[in-house]
Amino acid sequence: MDWSAFALSLELAGWTALLLGPVGIVAGRALAWHRFRGQALVEALLALPLVLPPTVLGFYLLLAFGASSPFESWYRWLTGRPLVFTFSGLVVASLIVNLPFAIQPMQRAFEAISTDVRDAAACCGMPPWRIFTRVELPLAWPGIASALVLTFAHTLGEFGVVLMVGGNIPGETRTVALAIYDRVQAFDDHGAGVMSATLLGISLAAILLVYATTSRRVRRL
Amino acid sequence: MNLPGLEVELAQERPIPLRAAFRCDPGRVLALVGPSGSGKTTVLRAIAGLYRPAHGRVLCRGATWLDTARGIAQSAQRRQVGFVFQNYALFPHLSAVANIVAAMTHVPEPQRAGRARSLLSRVHLDGLQDRRPAELSGGQQQRVAVARALARDPAVLLLDEPFAAVDRVTRRKLYLELAEMRRELQMPVVLVTHDLDEAAMLADDMCILHRGATLQMGAPFTVMTRPASVLVARLVDLKNIFDARVAAHSQETGLTMIDWEGVRLEVGSSEAPCPAPPFVAGSHVAWAIPADGVIVHRRDRPSRGEHENPLQGVIADFVSLGAQAELTIHVNGKAGMALHTTISTHVAARNRLAKGEPIGVSLLASAIHLMPPTTPEARGEEGVDDWARRRFGSTS
Repeated sequence: MDWSAFALSLELAGWTALLLGPVGIVAGRALAWHRFRGQALVEALLALPLVLPPTVLGFYLLLAFGASSPFESWYRWLTGRPLVFTFSGLVVASLIVNLPFAIQPMQRAFEAISTDVRDAAACCGMPPWRIFTRVELPLAWPGIASALVLTFAHTLGEFGVVLMVGGNIPGETRTVALAIYDRVQAFDDHGAGVMSATLLGISLAAILLVYATTSRRVRRL
Repeated sequence: MNLPGLEVELAQERPIPLRAAFRCDPGRVLALVGPSGSGKTTVLRAIAGLYRPAHGRVLCRGATWLDTARGIAQSAQRRQVGFVFQNYALFPHLSAVANIVAAMTHVPEPQRAGRARSLLSRVHLDGLQDRRPAELSGGQQQRVAVARALARDPAVLLLDEPFAAVDRVTRRKLYLELAEMRRELQMPVVLVTHDLDEAAMLADDMCILHRGATLQMGAPFTVMTRPASVLVARLVDLKNIFDARVAAHSQETGLTMIDWEGVRLEVGSSEAPCPAPPFVAGSHVAWAIPADGVIVHRRDRPSRGEHENPLQGVIADFVSLGAQAELTIHVNGKAGMALHTTISTHVAARNRLAKGEPIGVSLLASAIHLMPPTTPEARGEEGVDDWARRRFGSTS
């Protein structure tokens, strides 16, 4: 059992869900209620990670994070560290890969809030931030929670992009999915089985938790 | 009642054409009536600050909520509007009492719960304060929506088809409750409805809206029996609308004679004189008569009123609708002179009225209403830009 790989995966999934939460809320809300030129293109780009093979996505991210890329130069200037084969690089890649998992459920959740309900809140005298916290967030919460759990669970199991961008450095970029692959390659079926079962348990528990909380909430609405 | 009420003027060409102007005094109920898509809800949303028209002015209690010419457009939050939405738009995650408290941002926090409970009691919902909207019936949800609108202590109460989503029995009950409640309301109330009977029952004034334009405003009975134009007559569901020529007009008696397809009709009475200009002898006019101005003659014995514009015809159609029957009469047998009237089914049976039977009717002279003939200006087809320029000075 590779505990460091487990801890790394949980950390990566945690950071991804934490950072994508606000991004998803802002982007999902904007896409749900505002119409702008080029919206179809933006939505298509956001959905791209869903259909693109992870290795292809990983390849492009590797190019974007490479030593001669402007993004890498900017990041290195900002932090003094490289992106490729580092945990920070994994987080950035994971954020990009998980954009559709975070944004789309949140967008659907905000779309489900009727315009009349938001208008009613304005007519009640609530300022915009209060409408957001008292009306929009509670009503969109099941969608937001689903998005976060989906992002978390998806990150735990991510393989292709992680391998391309992070390599397989123990303690730095070796996630549990890579560790399982390593165990299988080393004919250690028992080790691979234990880690797979643990990952299965964590994923199932996370999804059950979301289903239980959101369905109870939906019943109460 | 010295406070000024609500004054509204709105104009734009696109995307939703608007050319509306009306006012509503405090304590009065104004019904905005028009068919679906006539812009009623848009007008209401513009008053509330939820929709911004290209040109417009909305004044309430002397405060300027919107004046596009001066660049003033207050947000919905600052307009102090009580708005009951068509589907109530209650906050589904909050209890009835919390829905009401949500509209009390202007009330000190410790007083909110108590006031919300007293509002719930005012709309007869004691004991249901902890229920969420999904646990309330349609009528109860409507009451919560009304209580929430009143919780705002509004300067104007806006009701958007508030009775459309409830069954008939509940609607009847809610009508009575609103009629009772409105005696205590000190603010202007604007009721949007497509139901003429509802408007006639609940409103002091009625304003007819068509394609975003206000065509006529007045007491409901006046608008429904004395429409300003043929278009209004059609919108208030007058079925008997015809063209005629003025034969003579007497200043002394106030009576006008018109020729309708060769039949001479007397219009007006000494109590309700027919207005002289612009209906001078020889001019074309449109005329209309409500169904209850068409009196069916009894077959067994003559009755009073038979001398008043007596006409003979044939029953072209007879449709029984429960206690009432709809009659279509071809005067002198001509399909182009089809009069419509309603009669009790039992009266129809007693007089053996049936399709194809001959029939005598009288048209009450005082019920006949003359209108300008159907010209473009009479239909209100003036360009919105011209109208806006006259009202607001300039258009961009």
